[in-house]
Amino acid sequence: MIAPLLDVKDLRVRFPTATGPAEVVRGISFTLGRERLGIVGESGSGKSMTGRSILRLIRPPGVVTAQRLHFEGSDLLAASEREMRRIRGARISMVMQDPKFSLNPVMTVGAQIGEALAVHERLPRRQIRQRVLDMLEAVQIRDPERVFGLYPHEVSGGMGQRVMIAMMLIPEPAILIADEPTSALDVSVQGEVLKLMNDLITRKGMGLIFISHDLHLVSAFCDRILVMFRGEVVEECKAGELDKATHPYTRGLIASVPRLDEDRAELPVLDRSQWEQA
Amino acid sequence: MTAIALRNLSISYGETLVVENLDLDVAEGECFGLVGESGSGKSTVLRGITGLAPDWSGSIELFGTPRGKRIDRSFAALCQMVFQDPYGSLHPRQTVDATLSEPLAIHGIRGADRLVPEMMEACGLAQHFRFRLPHQLSGGQRQRVAIARALMLKPKILLLDEPTSALDVSVQAEILNLLKRLRREQNLTYILVTHDLAVVSFLCDRLGVMRQGRVVEVADVAALKSNTMQHPYSRELVEKSANRIPA
Repeated sequence: MIAPLLDVKDLRVRFPTATGPAEVVRGISFTLGRERLGIVGESGSGKSMTGRSILRLIRPPGVVTAQRLHFEGSDLLAASEREMRRIRGARISMVMQDPKFSLNPVMTVGAQIGEALAVHERLPRRQIRQRVLDMLEAVQIRDPERVFGLYPHEVSGGMGQRVMIAMMLIPEPAILIADEPTSALDVSVQGEVLKLMNDLITRKGMGLIFISHDLHLVSAFCDRILVMFRGEVVEECKAGELDKATHPYTRGLIASVPRLDEDRAELPVLDRSQWEQA
Repeated sequence: MTAIALRNLSISYGETLVVENLDLDVAEGECFGLVGESGSGKSTVLRGITGLAPDWSGSIELFGTPRGKRIDRSFAALCQMVFQDPYGSLHPRQTVDATLSEPLAIHGIRGADRLVPEMMEACGLAQHFRFRLPHQLSGGQRQRVAIARALMLKPKILLLDEPTSALDVSVQAEILNLLKRLRREQNLTYILVTHDLAVVSFLCDRLGVMRQGRVVEVADVAALKSNTMQHPYSRELVEKSANRIPA
């Protein structure tokens, strides 16, 4: 097997609080190759913090430590801020949950995507424009010339998320971290956005970390799943074998989702107390 | 008995007509689901009924009494609303106790000391939360407070605007169970707006599919479960929900 893109061992994230340090990620380890890895868990389970700490986006007073946090063989924790800026976006990029809050409201869509490219590559302006238009077309925006000049408030949620994806993929990174990329979208456009992400990722042979609280989505979309609970990985399994999951927390999560042909009178609820001491 | 009757209801925001000539009847004790894509006008219907979207024409009747255009206290006592975002719908500087007492104070009902703990109990909130502020509660607990606040005046109708879409699946299950139990115990009538068809399948008796401000189909939930909805758009919506995951 070739060396993994990302190698994480014993990753910990701590924040100081009035009652002493709170550890929100407690020693998680995983590797990522050219595959789709899903991280699922409830809010507060530390899944987003894991994604952010890979990009070193956690600001003081938060503290990130790890025995190993290697990207393509280089140590991310030892990298200087300057080196990190070269990695962020160009080598590892991140799609955030809500396009409404993560796009710059006073820049046109085209200018924002172009900026993502111009920061990492020296290119003549005309060529940047062409690459942006190509990318908008790749994310299936029908009229790229028109959308290029629009501001974020003028595009719909689904289109905004496509713009985000375009922006994150244009420097052709090796790893894409997607933090709840479809939660803010309508059911009817979720499928399209996921399919699009999937196509682009497989075509370019990238690694994907897909962070979500939706178990069914993750199990159908990813190759491998990590289930997180209170900052720890409680279960790791192949996506297709989620129904064979053994940890009671995972089973509880699966059972609590209503189905389209629901006939249960009451939904089973997680009894958190049984693991909290463990 | 018909709890909610909407006749020829049109609602607009300024120049834009959002809901067009809507007719809808919801029986007492029923849970009616309104589904559709964003922008289809489903939340606006609820806003029109409560008076948050004042620019409407047609008629809105609750238990045979037509609603006027003005703010109406007796109407508020009959019909309350729960909003989508539990982080935005509670006053950040008011304790749970203050939030739950306010409707009583407005309507001149005494006995908040007894009624507040009772309602907290009914909504599954432990008593030690009574003097906490919203930022000290989790999303699920906040939504319980929002539901408790809506029920303080003992309304007969509850309008639910995406009550669980901001919550985790595990917390969603708790809130859905709570809504189901409250409806049974207090014989409430619900209109539930959501884009999640599985939630409709769990909670509702009938559903209406909205598109571009019109209801294209009203069907029994059984039709949703057996995938025998009539209108092509309803089928498309069911299909998209079932296959929102690409193969």
